[in-house]
Amino acid sequence: MTVKQTLHRYARLLLVQLRTSLTLAVQYRFDFFLEGVLALLWLGITLVPLMVVFAQRTTVAGWSYPEALVVVGLFSVLKAVLDGAITPSLNHVVDGIRKGTLDFILLKPADAQFLVSTARFDPWRVLDLFGSVAIVLYALRRLHHVPSVWEALTGCALFSVAILLIYSLWILVVSLSFRVVKVDNLSYLFMSIFDAGRWPIHVFKGALRVLFTVVFPLALMTTYPAQALLGHLSLTHALLAGTGGLLFAGCARWIWQRSLQAYTSASS
Amino acid sequence: MKRLLASQAFASVRRLLRAYPSLLRVGLADMLAYRAEFLVWILSMNMPLIMMALWTAVAADGPMGRFGQREFVAYYLGMLIVRILTGSWLVWELTMEIRRGTLAMRLLRPIHPLWAFSAMQLAAVPMRALVISPLIGVLYWVAGASLPMHDPERLAILVASIAGAWVLLFLVMAVIGMLAAYVESALSVFDLWLGAQAILSGFLVPLELMPPWVARLARVLPFRYILGFPVETLIGLESDAVALHELGIQWLFVAGALAMTLLLWRKALQRFAAFGG
Repeated sequence: MTVKQTLHRYARLLLVQLRTSLTLAVQYRFDFFLEGVLALLWLGITLVPLMVVFAQRTTVAGWSYPEALVVVGLFSVLKAVLDGAITPSLNHVVDGIRKGTLDFILLKPADAQFLVSTARFDPWRVLDLFGSVAIVLYALRRLHHVPSVWEALTGCALFSVAILLIYSLWILVVSLSFRVVKVDNLSYLFMSIFDAGRWPIHVFKGALRVLFTVVFPLALMTTYPAQALLGHLSLTHALLAGTGGLLFAGCARWIWQRSLQAYTSASS
Repeated sequence: MKRLLASQAFASVRRLLRAYPSLLRVGLADMLAYRAEFLVWILSMNMPLIMMALWTAVAADGPMGRFGQREFVAYYLGMLIVRILTGSWLVWELTMEIRRGTLAMRLLRPIHPLWAFSAMQLAAVPMRALVISPLIGVLYWVAGASLPMHDPERLAILVASIAGAWVLLFLVMAVIGMLAAYVESALSVFDLWLGAQAILSGFLVPLELMPPWVARLARVLPFRYILGFPVETLIGLESDAVALHELGIQWLFVAGALAMTLLLWRKALQRFAAFGG
């Protein structure tokens, strides 16, 4: 098969998977809708600490209120992507590992990681996506800052890396679930750490900052793209962040393949 | 007739007392069997640490109200300790058992399922206390002078407030969990509760740093009595008199929640019968 044919085939597969998810979302529309609305509500709740802090201070760790709001907005966009396109699939595959139904996916004649990653979507999360983008736009407006073409480009590029990163972290969690079967708590842990991403990395000191830059690269996911949009990021930092992100993604893919080889299915 | 009822009630209490230690042992064994999950659960309680990092960074430029860096560290350490000690999984277990119908098995046993659930949750508390003992050490190091170590009265209030917080959260989870007999999305209702609790219990931001009307509102709602109140008692933000007064309010909420639980339990069980057949 040529590359073009392969691409065509995977695009069609993606469409089929999307259609299945859409059918599900329409079937259980009330529940999914409720979840979307709840997520919007959470978005508001999590803004409260930010407002309380900036009611007393004009800057925290060098960040002004609207600047920090850009970080929060990007974080929420990322979270909407995570909840809408990544976590549903995660729960699906983890369920498959426990029940042994993952075998059916592995038997199919397509890349397992692709199939697993596109198994489920939650279209209602588009609501949160709009809410989050609105926050970013509002913050930029308050700053009277219109990103230049270059700033917008690096911002978008770094944010794409961020999505790649969060996806890679997710693949790592799934790889772990081959060993630790009861993974409900694991995804909960994942989300709880991810939550720290709503704060600019400069808030954290010492060990936490190293942890959130290198091990669980939250800084690359929200702070750096925000700085790029605001024009505060130097080219070297941008390049470093981009390369680091890509490396991380490569490692995740490698570990996933290793874990898959060690997988012995539920029945044997 | 009256005497017969009394002797029946007596017999059921005796049965409960005899069975409860075994239930606790089963709960402990269950927790030890899933020890990795237990550890992961503890690790996922990291939100207070994040907030601690944030607020100490803020307080580096000078204190906010009564809160300097040291107070923030003590407050969020206390929050972490209370959160881990009083946490419960009841709402998830209950909704799952109702949906899958496995609650029926529990109903067959001669002990009220809520007692059995409470044993499962309580059994984990000593282990949790062990895990967080280093935290208590750090807290003592940071804020030793304001802890109620040498004040028996405040120590008693603290213990009662933590017990009250545990029971209150357990009962709230029971009420919301029982909603699963009526609606699919009982867990979403609990999400709503958690959202309100994050703000109104002092979990994210100490209530006295919030706008005054929020702090006033929080005093007449149950959320604060699940987290903020025990924490404030622990690190000595409240005088004994005020703490004692609020302890009374906390246990009033407990009594109210208990009444609601018993009422809803009876009603929901009638609905549940239609579920499992």
